[in-house]
Amino acid sequence: MTEPAVDTSPKTWDDVKTTTCYMCACRCGIKVYLKDGTVKYIEGNRDHPVNKGVICGKGAAGIMQHYSPARLSKPLIRVGERGAGEFREIEWEEALRTATLWLSEVRNKDPKKLAFFTGRDQSQGLTGWWATQFGTPNYAAHGGFCSVNMAAAGLYTFGGSFWEFGEPDWKYAKYFLLFGVAEDHASNPIKAGLGQLKGRGAKFVSVNPVKTGYSAIADEWIGIRPGTDGLFVAALIHELLDAQKIDAEYLLRYTNAPWLIVENPGHHDDGLFARNSSGSALVWDGNSEAPMPSLSSDANPKLMGRFVLADGRKVVTSFQLIAERFLGPEYAPDAVSGRCGVPASTIKRIAAELAHTAFSETIELDIPWTDYAGRHHEKMLGRPVAMHAMRGISAHANGFQTCRTIHILQIMLGTIDVPGGFRYKPPFPKPIPPGVKPAGKPGQVKPNTALPGPPLGFVTSPEDLLVDESGTPQRIDKAYSWEAPIAAHGLMHMVITNAAKGDPYGIDVLFMYMANMSWNSAMNVPDTIRHLTAKDDKTGEYVIPKIIYSDAYASETIHYADLILPDTTYLERWDCISLLDRPISEADGPADSIRQPVVEPDRDVRPFQTVLLDLGARLGLNGMTRADGSPRFPGGYPDYIVNHERAPGLGPLAGWRGKWGESHGRGSINPHQLERYIENGCYWFYELPDNMKYYRHVNWDYLDWATFFGFVGKTEPIIHQLYCEPLQKFRLAAQGHGRVQPPAEHKGRIAEHFDPIPFWYPPFEGEQVKQGEYPMHAITQRPMAMYHSWGSQNAWLRQILGRNWIYVHRGRAAGLGIEDGDWINVTSHHGRIKGQAKLMDGVNPDTIWTWNAIGKRSGAWGLAQGSPESKKGFLFNHLISELLPEREGGYRYSNSDPITGQAAWYNLRVKIEKAADETAISEPQFPALKRLRRAK
Amino acid sequence: MHPAYSVILFTTASGAGYGLLALLGLVGVNHGQASSIAFGVTSMVIALGLITIGLLASTLHLGHPERAWRALSQWRSSWLSREGVAAVVTYAPALLFGLVWSGLVEAPSLILPLGLVTAILAAFTVYCTGMIYASLPTIRAWAQPLTVPIYLAFALASGSALLAAISFAFGSLQLFQVIFTVAALIVLAVLKFLYWRAIDSAPKTHTMGTATGLGRIGEVRQWELPHTATNFVQSEMGYVIARRHAQKLRRFVFILFASALAAMLLALTIPALVIVAAIAVLAAAAVERWLFFAEAQHVSTLYYGAPNA
Amino acid sequence: MTSLPPPSAKKLGLVIDLDTCVGCQACATSCKEWNTQGYSAPLSDANPYGTDPSGVWLNRVHGYEVKEQGRKDSRVVHFPRSCLHCETPACVTVCPTGASYKRAEDGIVLVNPDTCIGCKLCSWACPYGAREYDQSHGVMKKCTLCVDRIYNEHLEPEDRQPACVKACPTGARHFGDLGDPNSAVSQLVAAREGFDLLPEMGYKPVNKYLPPRPRRDAFTSAPVELAKENGSSIEKLFAWADRLMGGSTKKAPAPPQEDYSGRLEG
Ligand SMILES: Nc1nc2c(c(=O)[nH]1)N[C@H]1C(S)=C(S)[C@@H](COP(=O)(O)OP(=O)(O)OC[C@H]3O[C@@H](n4cnc5c(=O)[nH]c(N)nc54)[C@H](O)[C@@H]3O)O[C@H]1N2
Ligand SMILES: Nc1nc2c(c(=O)[nH]1)N[C@H]1C(S)=C(S)[C@@H](COP(=O)(O)OP(=O)(O)OC[C@H]3O[C@@H](n4cnc5c(=O)[nH]c(N)nc54)[C@H](O)[C@@H]3O)O[C@H]1N2
Ligand code: SF4
Ligand code: SF4
Ligand code: SF4
Ligand code: SF4
Ligand code: SF4
Ligand SMILES: [Mo]
Repeated sequence: MTEPAVDTSPKTWDDVKTTTCYMCACRCGIKVYLKDGTVKYIEGNRDHPVNKGVICGKGAAGIMQHYSPARLSKPLIRVGERGAGEFREIEWEEALRTATLWLSEVRNKDPKKLAFFTGRDQSQGLTGWWATQFGTPNYAAHGGFCSVNMAAAGLYTFGGSFWEFGEPDWKYAKYFLLFGVAEDHASNPIKAGLGQLKGRGAKFVSVNPVKTGYSAIADEWIGIRPGTDGLFVAALIHELLDAQKIDAEYLLRYTNAPWLIVENPGHHDDGLFARNSSGSALVWDGNSEAPMPSLSSDANPKLMGRFVLADGRKVVTSFQLIAERFLGPEYAPDAVSGRCGVPASTIKRIAAELAHTAFSETIELDIPWTDYAGRHHEKMLGRPVAMHAMRGISAHANGFQTCRTIHILQIMLGTIDVPGGFRYKPPFPKPIPPGVKPAGKPGQVKPNTALPGPPLGFVTSPEDLLVDESGTPQRIDKAYSWEAPIAAHGLMHMVITNAAKGDPYGIDVLFMYMANMSWNSAMNVPDTIRHLTAKDDKTGEYVIPKIIYSDAYASETIHYADLILPDTTYLERWDCISLLDRPISEADGPADSIRQPVVEPDRDVRPFQTVLLDLGARLGLNGMTRADGSPRFPGGYPDYIVNHERAPGLGPLAGWRGKWGESHGRGSINPHQLERYIENGCYWFYELPDNMKYYRHVNWDYLDWATFFGFVGKTEPIIHQLYCEPLQKFRLAAQGHGRVQPPAEHKGRIAEHFDPIPFWYPPFEGEQVKQGEYPMHAITQRPMAMYHSWGSQNAWLRQILGRNWIYVHRGRAAGLGIEDGDWINVTSHHGRIKGQAKLMDGVNPDTIWTWNAIGKRSGAWGLAQGSPESKKGFLFNHLISELLPEREGGYRYSNSDPITGQAAWYNLRVKIEKAADETAISEPQFPALKRLRRAK
Repeated sequence: MHPAYSVILFTTASGAGYGLLALLGLVGVNHGQASSIAFGVTSMVIALGLITIGLLASTLHLGHPERAWRALSQWRSSWLSREGVAAVVTYAPALLFGLVWSGLVEAPSLILPLGLVTAILAAFTVYCTGMIYASLPTIRAWAQPLTVPIYLAFALASGSALLAAISFAFGSLQLFQVIFTVAALIVLAVLKFLYWRAIDSAPKTHTMGTATGLGRIGEVRQWELPHTATNFVQSEMGYVIARRHAQKLRRFVFILFASALAAMLLALTIPALVIVAAIAVLAAAAVERWLFFAEAQHVSTLYYGAPNA
Repeated sequence: MTSLPPPSAKKLGLVIDLDTCVGCQACATSCKEWNTQGYSAPLSDANPYGTDPSGVWLNRVHGYEVKEQGRKDSRVVHFPRSCLHCETPACVTVCPTGASYKRAEDGIVLVNPDTCIGCKLCSWACPYGAREYDQSHGVMKKCTLCVDRIYNEHLEPEDRQPACVKACPTGARHFGDLGDPNSAVSQLVAAREGFDLLPEMGYKPVNKYLPPRPRRDAFTSAPVELAKENGSSIEKLFAWADRLMGGSTKKAPAPPQEDYSGRLEG
């Protein structure tokens, strides 16, 4: 018999379109195969700078997201009580008129009574600008509960950051230290990078309480106790200093290590840089034995020492103070080992390995370059030690200082933006910190008036805070107040609680986009739901009177909104991933990209950004209306993407500007810009010449170019701030200096935590719960094949992960009489849940963990009631309080980092025991949500 | 392995049918024409009826019954195909034999050759059925030397019990038949006993370590199943009956054997009991077949948490 | 042709690197995505949004914990599993219809969806659980090695590889001719001591797995410490910093000298 003939060249598609994936925030380039206008197959675009052809588990399941039965299909207005799921389908005109009415009332009265928070927003360039035009300071995206600790710590230290503003030098790194990452935003690049490292035999060390995913393939796993990385890293620094294994040249030339600091305890200038009349910081010149401006190229600065200035002021180099801090006995490996559960011998070995790699496996690239002082370098010297860190560091109340500690380690080894180290992604590096200040001070918020500046920015002294004379917060989330002075991304996790409590004030409209705030992104879900449905006893009104929400799917949060603006799916709309927002740049050069609609919506839905511009025009917001009152961007979002200019020649997209698309970065509007992007695969990537690929914080040619591109204001070196002066300014205020001082109750907290030199302090929750009562740490991890809440509606992804478990260390479980598959109770100071235990060896014994956001509320996401997601799945969020336990004086701070307001998800402390009630159902079970009508 | 009722029904019914058919063939060979047309026709109809019901049942569990005919094509390599071919081929001589033996057609000289051929083909068909299972290296409990003999013994025992019952109905039950059935039952019981001892003692040579190759590093343990949703392999191959439960059922099978035996012996005084015996044997066959699947562990279960197989 | 063809010179298959696989499931969903519209269309799902969803997948990623000899900790190994395109597979020979066959040309094992009767016997014969029956389609499904991609003239040459291989973000999956000792995959297998699954079954899998490399950690690295002179740390550091100032920064201070007690890993 002969074999059947197989068609080995079928053409199952009739068209292929490129666009950008949005199954997660990594924003890979994809090719969508279409047949008769329906999506058949999605693959990675091999030319794309982000993913270079690969695709991940989620991205390849994008089809099923697009065909999800949970897709919303028409605008909805609430007719029943909140949470009852009773809605009336309305036409867009009615929806927009309603929203305009609600919003204009607020704007006429008091714009800050609108809280506009935009979750997983990839169009913050637009939404932030919209908020500014509207005039409310109460704007932020999800950064506050996400990773602001990383962003802020980096931007206040070296002008870039882990998170998305840089990446390890996958090509040259020989030693890679990864802190607290399960997946991260750079989902595919990290995977590809790890593959590269492994291929090259580089050593990969993962510091993580859990040994799965990336950690599973690490050459060395360090199963640290949650919240103690600061100690571990400080001990590494201790070792390096003790053995003088640091890059003195790098420190002297490119950091503020030699800068002189005034030592004048008890006075207003204590701990501030000594500056000359022209305001430039000083160093002590070894040749002249006299102070000199820090940047003068002929200075021979002292790295260490105490000196006396002509005016008699005592000064010390910042490095001296830093060395004294980290050489302190409390940071010796033997001192920290017990607390972080890492053997001292391991800490010492890692330190030795770091030193060995940095100083004995040095790389030299034959690329001449010139630094800011005009010094010409024949080669680019590389210390091939790379580090990366994410939420394992950031989601702790000590995350900002811990992250700074890691940066200090990187900088002492001379590994930032050098071959083999951690590289900036343009537009970074930026001045430290970036120049923008938050708007919204008293008097800056006026009826029918735009804000004088953007609502989010970087404060450098108490004067920049958004507080009134009495120190009362001006923002609903208390960002930039004494409770979270450097809250560069706001505190989205506090908005609903604060608004419901009228603390600092009540609001009229809560306008949310793309955040499942009643469920997996809420700390303390039960109370959040209570807040969303709470009514004023007198008026019988909801305490949060109006809630507008834009979602694309039937999430848990839909049910608590009054007006729902249904969005398109990512394959149905225009988008712009802009350098003005969270860039997709590569270390080798800036990049941005677009989404184009590859299919037409089959439902009555509209792209949120277009709707937002429409509302802006209806509200008569300046930037969005012409003089004659007509809409400025009648073509909606694509119109805005092409024709909006932030500054002359600078718009959302950097590619193919100028009438003929001749210029890049800066240039006049190009009406055909989008076509050019589509021709190029929906992205723009500008590879820098080799001499601009490293040392960019001090690389003259780069800085000059970056100035033209508008990445930096002027061509100046970006000197790494080991010693963080802005923090000292807040501390001085807490010590009673300066015009703006914290209210008495906050003084102690500010004075303690705003240390200009990083230090470790125990996360709050662990300290404030009764000692020993909650012995375990509870953390979550990102599952690689699920994106927060959206994956469960996906027919394929939910087969892979349709429920979650509580992972417990096998040995510890045995001690507690817990067996594999037992149902157990997990109790925190705030609440209790029940879930099913799964035992494993690869987890820190004092730690339990679960996959994040797998638990679902019954009835949501178009899933049948009683689905495993709701009956077996659960969230740790029910256990996490958004407020810390009461302190003396009864005040409850938010469960956040005291410096940035970053939500401290991973400070959760719990106890576990076998559940008395053996019924195989997770707890708590919330009342099932009413199923919305299915999209066809 | 998941015990599919269609397959159980098929193997028990057709087993008994072929057993009966083979015996009728031999009866013909010995005695020539049936004692009466009624007797001949009835027994032939019952034999072929059981066989046909069985075959139909077996096609029921196919995804594409309408394509069943294709299964006849691969007799060169596939025991399933061979079984199909044998089953179909058997019909021809069996029908002819039925006609001449029951006396519907007068041709006494053909009874002997047709009877022999029918008996041989019937036996061969059952042999093929047994081989389908015995030839699967992936299932230790099936790849046993006793698998095929047991299939044959069951066919014989249930066939002769049936024949005895039919003979009784026609008042022509003979002592020899009782003795033969009793003998067959004893052989069957012994084989089954030896089989169970064999699979209980058969060493499990495949481990999660060899299945994943990770045994070379250390001791392998299941951590996460590929999916939280169950799949075909888990439900089809992953079906395992609890040891305790299996023991109960094994005992039950022996009880059925015993009662069949007892009934047969008592039939010497109360002949009607052969009916009870026949029913008991068929019941034993059904339960045993169910166990045959439920007790069989498939190697692929190693990937889903079984430490060894 | 249920009887196996004579062994082919060309033996196409996959090589999977267990040292690099992070268990991201990209190979699983990409496989499902391509094949549900390709040769194996459809790969059905049963009650996808119900309480008990299930579906047909040709590639699944398991997770195992392996306790290494002489260590108290275990390592997690992510383990993708699909058809291994065995050289002597019973899944082919048991098939009564000839629907299950091994291609003479390149050794790919396929099911012909037009002649399969869905008797499931082949899945019983596969030790690797690589075949999944499609209830609603009534036929058996299995990895096709993307036979409709690897030769597909409508795809760009560099895309003519299995969907799972192209997708894999870490590069843990390799596709090629394992019959050719000089092919990249064969070289890789030789260099990394690639192994067979269940070799004792005698099915001779073509696909190979590369073992996780030995770890370089506290158990395998000798303890190392940076050498330190005794004396007050801060003063030593100060003295060192001062020594650096000997020359001006125009002459860069020499990078720290190497001096270690003990072997270094990394
Ligand atoms: N326990 C615990 N909780 C956590 C975390 C944790 O680690 N542990 N992580 C925290 C972090 S870092 C984050 S960022 C948050 C994330 O949590 P969320 O910000 O809530 O993000 P998602 O759950 O992804 O859902 C956002 C909403 O966007 C909707 N959506 C999806 N696509 C679209 C679209 O195209 N248009 C519109 N309009 N809406 C869309 C989804 O339907 C969903 O309702 O979770 C936080 N919560
Ligand atoms: N597939 C997928 N990708 C995603 C997301 C998703 O939902 N799914 N979400 C996106 C979002 S919004 C974000 S913010 C990023 C977050 O990406 P990640 O930073 O990877 O976030 P997590 O998964 O929370 O990982 C935190 C890791 O830190 C570990 N950890 C917890 N506490 C500590 C500690 O104290 N020290 C150390 N060293 N480690 C610790 C945890 O075990 C976990 O492995 O991922 C993004 N990418
Ligand atoms: S990493 Fe994120 S953006 Fe990239 S393919 Fe996967 S889901 Fe899409
Ligand atoms: S895609 Fe690659 S890394 Fe991901 S699970 Fe498959 S083999 Fe492993
Ligand atoms: S893996 Fe299974 S299905 Fe694939 S060839 Fe081998 S035996 Fe056949
Ligand atoms: S299921 Fe199909 S391929 Fe498998 S053995 Fe039966 S007929 Fe052959
Ligand atoms: S080769 Fe093709 S069919 Fe086989 S597992 Fe990979 S993607 Fe699936
Ligand atoms: Mo996040």
